[in-house]
Amino acid sequence: MRSSSPGSRIEHLLRELAPRVLGSVIRRFHDFAASEDAVQEALMAAAEQWPREGLPDNPHGWLLQVAARRITDQARAESARRRREELVVSLVPPELQLVSSPDDDEMTGRDDALVLLFMCCHPALSTASAVALTLRAVGGLTTAEIARAFLVPEATMAQRISRAKQGIKASGVAFELPSVEERARRLGAVLHVLYLVFSEGYTASSGEALHRCDLSGEALRLTRLLHARLPEDGEVTGLLALMLLTDARRAARTGPSGEAIPLPEQDRSLWDAEAIAEGVALVTEALSRGSVGEYQVQAAIAAVHDEAKRAEDTDWPQILGLYDVLMRLSDNPMVALNRAVAVAMVEGAEAGLALLGPLEADPRLSEHHRLDVVRAHLLEQAGRHEDAVTYYRRAAGRTASIPERNHLLTRAARLADGGRA
Amino acid sequence: MPTVKYLLMMNHAGKGSYELASWPRKDIQAHIAFMMNFAKKLGASGELVAAEGLAGPDQARRVRAGADGRPITDGVFAETKEFLVGYWMVDVESPERAYEIAAEASAAPGRDGVPLNMPIEVRQVMSAPPPDLMP
Repeated sequence: MRSSSPGSRIEHLLRELAPRVLGSVIRRFHDFAASEDAVQEALMAAAEQWPREGLPDNPHGWLLQVAARRITDQARAESARRRREELVVSLVPPELQLVSSPDDDEMTGRDDALVLLFMCCHPALSTASAVALTLRAVGGLTTAEIARAFLVPEATMAQRISRAKQGIKASGVAFELPSVEERARRLGAVLHVLYLVFSEGYTASSGEALHRCDLSGEALRLTRLLHARLPEDGEVTGLLALMLLTDARRAARTGPSGEAIPLPEQDRSLWDAEAIAEGVALVTEALSRGSVGEYQVQAAIAAVHDEAKRAEDTDWPQILGLYDVLMRLSDNPMVALNRAVAVAMVEGAEAGLALLGPLEADPRLSEHHRLDVVRAHLLEQAGRHEDAVTYYRRAAGRTASIPERNHLLTRAARLADGGRA
Repeated sequence: MPTVKYLLMMNHAGKGSYELASWPRKDIQAHIAFMMNFAKKLGASGELVAAEGLAGPDQARRVRAGADGRPITDGVFAETKEFLVGYWMVDVESPERAYEIAAEASAAPGRDGVPLNMPIEVRQVMSAPPPDLMP
């Protein structure tokens, strides 16, 4: 998809470098907001100059120097205004007058990007703020790009990002890689944010949604970055595998007019075999290491689906076994609901339907359209078409997704027509 | 999906023209100040997508396409019992947050600064991405 024109290659390089440069600048100046502005300006300068004058020998060092100069100028201007020259001295570390060696940057730069990721996904921030800040600071997306992807006005997203920065300042999060225990605790938030970004992008690809494909790609890239730094972590590996195995079906998930196509009806020749192979290898490796987590199990379930040549070849007993494991790891009622589907596929529709009663009592689920969807599917499978139509229609009235509503209404109409004929 | 959009519709249950016009000046000013401050707050929190007030129902016309596709209008609707005064579209992390915002709008000050507690209809905007469809 990515063209290899010099412009797009530079854009790609800048996106790679942005979080490392930003990380280095924050580490030296301890001011997230000022550093971010300075790095944005350095990136803009690079985007303008590099295509014209060619790449510098050390692009990372170039960006770092421009950003540092910019932030220094600002500090000087500010202190002059306040007549506090001594602040300048304290703000500008002497080593900044020198360009650090490329080797040096190479070593610290990568960890800085990782620290930045942990900083942006801090639990003190609201999830929406963390998502926005991660895309901006680590992903290098512009505010306008993020706003477009989430279909909100640029002003709204700008406020969200600026609040996130204030939140970081107020919470006094230090710019350093958290301790191993703290990292393990915060890693959950980081993975959650990356998964949300991915999910936002993994959607029907009609009209506006074109922008959103970039989000999936961005989430995948950032998760790869994280995996490269923490290859031993099973859940990081699991999440990367889950994204690859899910994203592999993208081309088959929607029809020509943007309608959603459910898994069994997808044209499997459209699936990305390379991504599936990579995902399967990753999840296999992660599971062989023990200490199983939710993302790994979800990835394993996705792998079983992806490895079936035809829908009817799906190894449902294995999927059911994996859902049993997932049930022990999570109290998410959605997992119990999906398990009921697996039970229906292994033991028959009535066995699956019997499991839905207790779920009806769960307040997190009772109003949720997904419960109606599953009930409708299982009723259809059991041959109780009239009841299935009722629940398909009820689910259609409750979902907030237009492609899904269209799919459910079509399904109900097809069954209703069949019933009359 | 980290956030969901909701449309908050402020309905007015009064009869005839919007009764705000008949309030004492200081009450009208307090009401307007509240609404402007409310919009500013939502903007600053990064939750505001759009907000507009609408002209009164005495300005409203109902339009239908005629047989030739040209518009046919009717109205005015003097006997209207309830009408839309204005709306906010917000982008928030939970339905509870949307309800909280609606409640704050609902309590806008009326005559003598007494909260109006008018009904605000909260409707989710369709656009959330479909999760994996069930087999």
